[in-house]
Amino acid sequence: MRTLTKLDPSSGPAHDKKSAANHSHAHESAIKHVTGRADYIDDLPAPANLLHVAVGLSTVAHGRLHHLNLDKVRAAAGVIDVISVADVPGHTDIGPVFAGDPLFVDDEISYVGQCLFAVAAESEKAARRAITLADIDIREGTPSFDPLDAVERGNLVRPTHVQQRGDWQQALDQAAHVFEGEQFVGGQEHFYLEGQACLVAPSEDEGVIVYTSNQHPSETQTLVAEVLGISLHAVTVENRRMGGGFGGKETQASPWACIAAIIARRTGRAAKLRLPRRDDMHATGKRHPFHNRYRLGVDDQGVLLGGEITVVGDCGHSPDLSDAIVDRAMFHSDNAYSLGSARVTGHRARTHKASNTAFRGFGGPQGMMIIEQAMDDIARRLGQDPLTIRKRNLYRQGRDITHYGQRVEQLSLLSDLISQLEDSSDYWARRTAINAFNAQSPIIKKGLALTPVKFGISFTLQHLNQAGALLLVYTDGSVMINHGGTEMGQGLHTKICQVVARELGLEMTEVRISATRTDKVPNTSPTAASSGADLNGQAARDAASKLRERLFDFAATHFDQNNGGLDREAMRLENGHLVAGIDESEQRIAWGELIQAAYRGRVSLSEKGFYATPLIHYDRHAAKGRPFYYFSHGAAVSEVEIDTLTGEYRLTRTDILHDVGDSLNPAIDTGQVEGAFIQGMGWLTSEELTWNDAGRLTSDGPSTYKIPAFGDLPPVFNVKLLEGHPNSQASIYRSKAVGEPPFMLGISVWSALRDALSSLTDYRTCPPLDTPATPERVLMTIERLKTEGPG
Amino acid sequence: MIDFYLNGRRQQCADVPAETSLLELLRLHLGKTGTKEGCASGDCGACTVAIGELDAQGELEYRSANACILPAHQVASCHLVTVEGLARSDTPHSAQPHSSQLHPAQAAMVDHHGSQCGFCTPGIVMSLFTLYEQQRRTRAPLTQQHLEQALGGNLCRCTGYRPIRDAALAMGDYPDFQLAWADNTELADNLAGLRSDAYVAPQNYAMPQDIAALREMKRLRPRAKLVAGGTDLWLETTQRLETLDDIIDVHQVAELRTIDETAGGWWIGAAITLAELSPLFSEHFPAFEHLLHRFASSQIRNRGTLGGNIANASPIGDGPPVLLALGARLRLDGPEGARELPLEDFFLDYRKTALAEHEFIAAIFIPHPSAGRNLKHNLKIWKLSKRREDDISAVLGAFAWRIEEGVLRDVRLAFGGMAAIPLRATATEATLEGRAPDSAAFAAARQQLGEELTPMNDVRGSAEYRRTAASNLLERLRLMIEADNNHSAIKVTLDAYAH
Repeated sequence: MRTLTKLDPSSGPAHDKKSAANHSHAHESAIKHVTGRADYIDDLPAPANLLHVAVGLSTVAHGRLHHLNLDKVRAAAGVIDVISVADVPGHTDIGPVFAGDPLFVDDEISYVGQCLFAVAAESEKAARRAITLADIDIREGTPSFDPLDAVERGNLVRPTHVQQRGDWQQALDQAAHVFEGEQFVGGQEHFYLEGQACLVAPSEDEGVIVYTSNQHPSETQTLVAEVLGISLHAVTVENRRMGGGFGGKETQASPWACIAAIIARRTGRAAKLRLPRRDDMHATGKRHPFHNRYRLGVDDQGVLLGGEITVVGDCGHSPDLSDAIVDRAMFHSDNAYSLGSARVTGHRARTHKASNTAFRGFGGPQGMMIIEQAMDDIARRLGQDPLTIRKRNLYRQGRDITHYGQRVEQLSLLSDLISQLEDSSDYWARRTAINAFNAQSPIIKKGLALTPVKFGISFTLQHLNQAGALLLVYTDGSVMINHGGTEMGQGLHTKICQVVARELGLEMTEVRISATRTDKVPNTSPTAASSGADLNGQAARDAASKLRERLFDFAATHFDQNNGGLDREAMRLENGHLVAGIDESEQRIAWGELIQAAYRGRVSLSEKGFYATPLIHYDRHAAKGRPFYYFSHGAAVSEVEIDTLTGEYRLTRTDILHDVGDSLNPAIDTGQVEGAFIQGMGWLTSEELTWNDAGRLTSDGPSTYKIPAFGDLPPVFNVKLLEGHPNSQASIYRSKAVGEPPFMLGISVWSALRDALSSLTDYRTCPPLDTPATPERVLMTIERLKTEGPG
Repeated sequence: MIDFYLNGRRQQCADVPAETSLLELLRLHLGKTGTKEGCASGDCGACTVAIGELDAQGELEYRSANACILPAHQVASCHLVTVEGLARSDTPHSAQPHSSQLHPAQAAMVDHHGSQCGFCTPGIVMSLFTLYEQQRRTRAPLTQQHLEQALGGNLCRCTGYRPIRDAALAMGDYPDFQLAWADNTELADNLAGLRSDAYVAPQNYAMPQDIAALREMKRLRPRAKLVAGGTDLWLETTQRLETLDDIIDVHQVAELRTIDETAGGWWIGAAITLAELSPLFSEHFPAFEHLLHRFASSQIRNRGTLGGNIANASPIGDGPPVLLALGARLRLDGPEGARELPLEDFFLDYRKTALAEHEFIAAIFIPHPSAGRNLKHNLKIWKLSKRREDDISAVLGAFAWRIEEGVLRDVRLAFGGMAAIPLRATATEATLEGRAPDSAAFAAARQQLGEELTPMNDVRGSAEYRRTAASNLLERLRLMIEADNNHSAIKVTLDAYAH
C-alpha cells in the first residue's frame, strides 16, 4: 500500500503578507530567465529523428500559381518530405473567423510571403537550402496596395460598419467652428524576440501533440484537427511560455503548427518549424495601417458638438481578425472625449499584403490617433493650450454616453488622474519654459504634450469572455493550477499563482503552473484583449474557493469531533493553516495535515473553475450596446526636442500615471505600463514598415526595422500607478486589465513632436504628421512649413 | 579541432564545418540552449556571449560578441562564457539555482523585474556581465555612456529597458561574487597553453598567423573569402544561405593586428577591431570616437574591423566617409607585392573596389593632422538614422577644415549614403575653399552639393530626404563655426547628437 508523503512540520510558511495578491512578486520564471534555464520551443530537448521544416514563400504579390515543380526540392540532400496544398488531408483554409487564409496557395496568390509549400529535412539548413530549388511558375496579376483605392472600388474583406448617435449633420451645421483633418497611421511589426515556432510529435493514435509558441492553443487545436481531418480530442496543444506575443501569435501561430502536424503524421516523426526572422516578417501579418479622417464641429470653447470620423483599416489579403480590429478602432475613435452627435464609419480594405492581425490595442490605438490629432488641431486653431481643450472634452456628467451607446462610469477618475499628473509633471511651468526656450532657439525646438487613454476592456466578441481553470492539490499539499491563459512575458502565471495562494492561504512557492494545455482546460479563449488575468484569475479563484468550501465542510465534521466539530462559520485559510474559531477558541490545522486527512476522508482534491464576464452585450445591427465591462485609464506627459535641420529628435522626459484599479502585482503592472509605452512610442516614431513597388516588404529584419533600443528610454521617466481607485466593477480583487491600455500612452510622444512643429507656426496651427514620425517625416514637415507656410 | 574553455571547463570540438557559427556550435553541437537566436544577423543581441582573452598583462579580459555571426573557429584558445556559466549551480538541468547563487548581473535583473518574456534576457545578462567585469577592472563610475555602450546592442521588446537600466546601475552594489571558475587560477595559464599549441584548422578554414602565410594562402586560394570579425560575411550563410567552405581567417595575422605610428601618421592594421581603435581616436579624433558608439553595437565593435568595413565597400558604411575626410590611404598586399593608394581611388562603383583578386587590405593610414588643422576640433561627423543606436546611416557627413586668416582651408566634405560609393563632394569643397565661412559661401556650397550628389531611395530614406538633410548638415556646419567664433550659447544640435 502506498503511504502518504511525510510532512515536514517546519516547512509551514512564515507569518508574512507575501502571499497577498497585491505583492510585487518576481516573475515566476525570473531565475530561469536569467540563468538560461527557461525553455522556449527551440530549446526543448529534440525527440529522436526530429525533422526540420522550412516553408517556400511566394515572391510575387498577386497572380496565379501556374505550375509548381518540386522535383529538385525532393531530390536535395537530407530532404525527407515535401508537401503542398494537394497533400493536406482535411481543410485547406485555416481562416480563424472567416474563410480566406489558405494553408498553402492552391491557385490565387495574394501576397509576397504567402506559403506555397513546405520541406522537411534532417537539418534546418538542409530544409532551407532545399526551398531555393523549387521551380515556380506564376502568372502575375496586377496587385493593389492602396487601401483608399480599395474602399472606393468596394474591395473590402468585410462590410463597412457604422456607429451613430444623434444628428451629426445638424451638429456640424450649428457649430461655431468646423475643423477637419486626415492622417496616415503606419503599421507595426510585432518583433517578438522569439519568432514563430512549433514542434509537433505524432501521438499513439491518429493524433498529434503540438508544442507551440502560441497565444491561442484551443484555436490551433481546432485548426490542426480540421487540417488533419481528425477530432479535437486527438490533438493536444501545449505552451509553457512565449518569447513575446503582442498579438502576433493569436491567429498567426497556427499555420506553422498545421504544416508541422501534416509532416508529423505523414512521416511518423516529430517535426519542428521555426521561421527564420525574415520569413517571419514576410509571412505573418502586422498591426493594421490606418487612414483616418475627421470633420468635427466645436463651440467657441472648443467643446465637441459632433461630426464624423472615418477610419480605414488596411487589412491585407484576408479578414483574419480585421472585423473586430476595425470595430475596436471605431469604439476608440472617441478615446476619452464625448464626441457629441457623431457618426463613426469603419472600412476594412483588402490589399495584396500579409493579412494584418492582432497587435496590442487591437485597432484601438489607430482609432485614438484621429481624435488626438483633432484635439491638437482644435486647440491651436482656437489659440488654446491642447491640454485645456482635452480637459474640456472629457466625458463628464451629462456627456457620458459614447457614440455606441455605452454609459461611461467612473466619470471623475480620468479628470482626477489628469490633474494629479498635471501637478506631478509640472506641466504648466514647463509649458511656459518651453515657450521661452523656443522663442530664443532658432534650430532646436521643444514640444510638450499630455494625452489620456480610456480603453474598453472585454473581447467585443461576447462568447470569448469566458475562462476555465483546473486546480489540483496533491497529497503533500503542493498545488497545481492550470488555466486557459498563456504566458508571454506579461506575468499572467505569476498573477494566477498569487490568486490561488491568496485563496488558499499559501505561499507562492507552494503553487505552480506547469504549462497551458488543451487537455487540462478545454475550449479556451485567446490570451488577448488584456483579459488574461481578469478572466483566468476569476476562473482560478472560482476553483480555489469551491475547493476551499469543500475542505471547510470536511474539516467542520472531521476535526475535533469530541467537541462537536469545528466552527464552520469563521473558518479560513491563512498562513498555511486552516483556522477555525477566534481568539481563545482558535484552532489551527496545518495545510498538509488537512489535505492528507481530506484525502483519507475520500474528499476530492481537484476542482475546476469557470468565469463568464457579466453585463456585456453589443448589437451590431443597431451598433449599440455595452461592449465593455469597464474602462482602464491612464495619461502621459512627454517632452521632446527636435532639430529643425535634420529632423532628429529626442524624448527627454515622460511622466505617466496609470489606472490598474487595485493592482494584483505593482511590479508586474508597472513593467507592463513602461514596456507598453516604449512599444507605443516605437510604433509612432522609429518603426517604419516599407514595401517596394512589387509589394515586397523591404524592412524585413532588425537591421532595417528599428524597434526602440536602450538609449531611447527617456532620461527622466516617472511612472506611477494610480492609487485609491479600485475597479467599480467586481473584477478580480478590483484590479484592472493592463496589457494594452498603456500602449496608447505612446501617443503623447507623437503629440509632443507635433507641438514642437507647431512652434514653427507660432502655434497658430498644428502641422499634420503621419506616422511613424521618423526623422525623415519630421524634416519633410519642417521643409514644407518653410516653403508653404503654416497653411 | 576547436580547443577552448567553456564556462571554466575545457571543451574540444572536432569536425566543425567551416561555416558553423558559434551559436550553432553552442545550440546544435553542445546542447547549450541558454543562448538564443533572435535574428541570426547580429542586430538583436539575444545570442550575446562573453569571450575571454588574455590581455597584455596575461589577465583575462571579457568582451561581448554576437554568437550568431561569429565563426565558431574563432573561439579556439578563448574562454567562452555563456549565460549557463554565471550562476554557481551550472549543470543545465539541475533545479534552478537559489537567488544567492546568482551572479550580481543576474540577481539584479531578478530583483529589478528586468525580465518579462525572458527571451532577450540571456543576452542582456551577458552584456551586463561584461559591463560588470569591465567595471570591476577599471573601478570607473558607471555613466549613461557606459550603459548605452554595453546595452545598445541588446533589443528587448517587453520591458522598455527601465528595469534593465536599474539592474545595471545596482549590480555593482551586490556582494562580491565568486564565479565558478574564479578559483581555477590555472585558467589563464591553460589558455596561454592552448594559444601556443598549433591550432589545427580544417582544410577549408585557414587561420594564418603572419602576413607571409596569408600571402601564400591568397596565392593558392585567390577565391577564398577573407574573414576578420565575420560581422558582415557570416550573414551570407545565416541570411542568404550561401555556402562558406573556403575561408581564410585573418584575425590572428600579427602584421594586421598592429597600430604603428610613423612621422606622418598612423598605420592601422586592417584586422584591428573597431573597439581597439577607441583609445587612438579618443585622443586624436574625438568625433570619430563618438561615432564609434553609433557605428555599431559593442558586440559588433568587439569583432568587426576597420579593414572589413572598407573592403565591404558598402555605400552606407560609416568608416569610409570619415577616413576620406581624414585623407586616409590604404596599403594593399598580396603575393605579388604591396601597393598604396588613396582611399578615394579604392571605391570604384557600387560594391566594386580596386582590390585585385589575390590582394587584401593590409593597413589603413591616417595622416597626422597638419599644422593648424586641429582635428580634435575641426572634424565633425554627423550620422542620420531612424534610431540613434545600432542603426545604419541614411546619411553620414564627415567634414574637416581649418580656418586660416578668416577663410576656410583644406575643406574636405565626405558623405556616405549619398551615392553608390562613399565619396568626397569635391566640387562643393571647392566652392568653400578660400572663402570666409559666411552665409553666402555656404549657400553656394549647398547649391553645388545638390548638383554634385545623387543619393538613393531605399528603406532607410528617400533621395529627397537625403539631399535635404545633407544640405542642411552644411548649414549646421556653418552655424557651428559661427557659434564657435561668437562664443554663442545657441544650440545647433541636440545634446545626444553633439560632437
